[in-house]
Amino acid sequence: MSILIDSNTRVIVQSFSSSRAMGGEARFHLQQMLDYGTRVVGVVNAGKGGESVDGIPVFDTVSDAAEQTGATASANFVPAPFAADTIMEAADAGLPLIVCISENIPVLDMLKAKHYLADKNTRLIGPNCPGLISPGKCKIGIMPGAIHREGRIGVISRSGTLTYEAVSQLTDSGFGQSSCVGIGGDPIIGTTFTDCLALFKDDPDTDAVIMIGEIGGTAEEEAAAYVKAHFGKPVVSFIAGQTAPPGRRMGHAGAIISGGQGTAADKMAALRDAGIHVCESPAEMGATMKRALSG
Amino acid sequence: MKIHEYQAKEILRSFGVPVPNGAVARTPEEAEAIAKDLGGAVVVKAQIHAGGRGKGGGIKLAADPAEAREAASEIIGMQLVTPQTGSEGQKVKSVWVENATDIDRELYLGIVLDRARSRLVVMASRAGGMDIEEVAATTPEKILKEVVHPGVGLQPFQARRLALGLGLEGDQIKQGVAFISALYRAYEETDCSLAEINPLVVSKSGEVLALDAKMNFDDSAMYRHSDIYELRDVDEEDPLEVEASKYDLNYIKLDGEVGCMVNGAGLAMATMDIVKYAGSSPANFLDVGGGTNVERVKNAMRILTSDESVKAVLINIFGGIVRCDRVAEGVVAALEDIEINVPLVVRLQGTNAEEGAQILENSGLEFTVARKLQEAAEGVVAAVQNAA
Repeated sequence: MSILIDSNTRVIVQSFSSSRAMGGEARFHLQQMLDYGTRVVGVVNAGKGGESVDGIPVFDTVSDAAEQTGATASANFVPAPFAADTIMEAADAGLPLIVCISENIPVLDMLKAKHYLADKNTRLIGPNCPGLISPGKCKIGIMPGAIHREGRIGVISRSGTLTYEAVSQLTDSGFGQSSCVGIGGDPIIGTTFTDCLALFKDDPDTDAVIMIGEIGGTAEEEAAAYVKAHFGKPVVSFIAGQTAPPGRRMGHAGAIISGGQGTAADKMAALRDAGIHVCESPAEMGATMKRALSG
Repeated sequence: MKIHEYQAKEILRSFGVPVPNGAVARTPEEAEAIAKDLGGAVVVKAQIHAGGRGKGGGIKLAADPAEAREAASEIIGMQLVTPQTGSEGQKVKSVWVENATDIDRELYLGIVLDRARSRLVVMASRAGGMDIEEVAATTPEKILKEVVHPGVGLQPFQARRLALGLGLEGDQIKQGVAFISALYRAYEETDCSLAEINPLVVSKSGEVLALDAKMNFDDSAMYRHSDIYELRDVDEEDPLEVEASKYDLNYIKLDGEVGCMVNGAGLAMATMDIVKYAGSSPANFLDVGGGTNVERVKNAMRILTSDESVKAVLINIFGGIVRCDRVAEGVVAALEDIEINVPLVVRLQGTNAEEGAQILENSGLEFTVARKLQEAAEGVVAAVQNAA
C-alpha cells in the first residue's frame, strides 16, 4: 500500500499558458510523469479546450475535465498569481487531491484558498513543494523518479532537493519508500507533518517515517506532540537551518525564525522529547534510519 | 520587504490611521523648514530599517526649528548603532520630523500571521513601548488577541473588544476602533507580512496616535504593488545580496569562511549545517535554483567569492531534473571566465553524477570532487584549515 496516491490515481495537469495548450516547465514534467507510469488523463487550460498534448485531451475547466475523465487528483503548475484561484477551482470540481507545485503564492491568497477548502472533501499538498510519489505506482510532481525504490519507509519533507538527498540515503542504505510527500516550504500549506503522520500510522505497509523539517513556524513541534501521543512506529528526523540567522528568509518563504520562534534547536529538542531519532548532520539520515529500525 | 518609518506612516495616513503631523528631511535645512511649518516642539527621528534607534542616539527632541536643524545635522550621516544593526551600524540618510506628542499612555498594536492557525491575528497590549516578544515570553496574559476570519476579515466587535481591553475610555474607544480597523485594512490591501504600532499612544489631549510604525511586506505579492516595491531601499541591504537579487539568486551573507553554492533552499541550509558540523562555518546561504545554467553558476560564483572572508568554496548539487553533467559544464565554463583564488570542493550526486565528475576531472582545473555529503564537508573544512 501507500498513502494518498497509487496506481489507480487518475491525474489532470492544471496549466496556464496563453500561447500553447501547455507551457515549457509543465510540459516537461507532464512527460516525466507519463514516463514514470502516472495515469495522466487530462490537461486543463482555459481557452485551449479541445486541443491535445501528447495525445492527452485538454479541457477549459477543471469540472469539464473531472466529469469527462474521472480524474481523482490534480497537479497544479499554474503560475503564482493565478494559483490560489485554480486550487479553489479544482476543489469546487470535487477533486479529492490537489498537488500545487507553484512557488511564491501571496500569503493572503493562500489564507483565503485554505479557508475555501475547509468545508470541501479536498486535500491540498503544497504549495511550493516537489509533489508526492508512491514509488513504482504513481508520481505527481517534479521529483526525479529514478532515485526512489519501492519499500516501507514513509518520507515527509518541507524541502525539495533535501528530500532527494534523504531518499537517496535511504535507498543507499537498503530502504525503499512507501510514499514520499513534499508538504511545501511556505508558511501556509494544505497538509502538515501531523496530517501525513496520521496517514502513515494507518498504512500497514509503512514501517517507519523520516521527517525532514526546517526552521520557521511550529509544525515540527506539533508533529512531535502527535508522535508522542499517538504514533507507534519509529520516526527519524533532520531539521535544516541549525546555522541560519534569525529574521532572514532562507529561500523558502516559511523558513524564517521570527519573534524568537521556529529555531532548529527548539524543534530538535521537542522531537527528541517525543522519542524521535534526531540526526544533527544531514549526512546521517540513512544511517540513523538503520539504527532506528535495528534498535 | 521592509520600508522606513516615514514611508509606513505615509501609507497608514492614506488608510486613515492617525499619525502625528510630520515630513521627511534629507538635510538639516529641510528639517528646520519642516519644524517651522509644524510649529512648536518636534521630534527628529533617524530613518533606518533597524529598530532600537532611540538607544543609539537616533531620536532627538527639539524645542524649536533651530534645535531641529541642530538635531538633524547630528543624526544625518551618522553611523547609527542599535541592538539590531550589529556593531558597524547603519548610515542614516534621512530623518522624519514630526510634532512632539504629550504622551499619556503607551500601548501596543500589531497584526501578524499565525501559521499554526492559518489566520491573521491582531494583537494588542497595554505594555506599549516595550519589546513585545519579551512581553509575550514573560507575561503572555498581557497580550490580547483577536483571530481574524479569512472569509469576512476583522469585524468591528473584535476591534471594540481590543479597544476596551486596552483601557480606552469615552471618545477614545471610537478612535481606537477606527484606528484598529484602518490598520487591518492597510495590512490586507497592501499585502503586509507584519504591521506593528509600538507605541500606539493616547496623548494628554485624548488623541489616539501611531507614534511609531513598522510595516513589512510579502515579497511574493509585490508583483501587484509596484508603488510599494519602489520604496525598497537597497542601501539598507548587504551589497552582495543586492547584486545577487539582480540575477534572481537567493543569496544571504553570513559571517563564516566557507562559500556555499547549492541547488534548493532546504539542501542549501543543510549544507551550511554540515559545514558547521564538520568544524568550520558557512559564509553564505545560496540557492542557485533548479534551472542551473552557465550564466547562473558564473554569477553565483562571482558573487560568493567576492566576499573576502571566503577561504574555500563548496558546490553541492543534487541532480534530479537538473543533470549533473550540465552543472559540471557550467562550473567549468564559469571558472574559465572568472578567477577563483580559493580551493574548490564539488559534490555532485544524483542524475549523471559520474559523467559530471568526469567533466570536472578532464577540465584541467583544480577541484576536489566528492560524492558523499560527509566527504564534501570534510574536504572543504580541510581546505580552509590548510589555507590558514
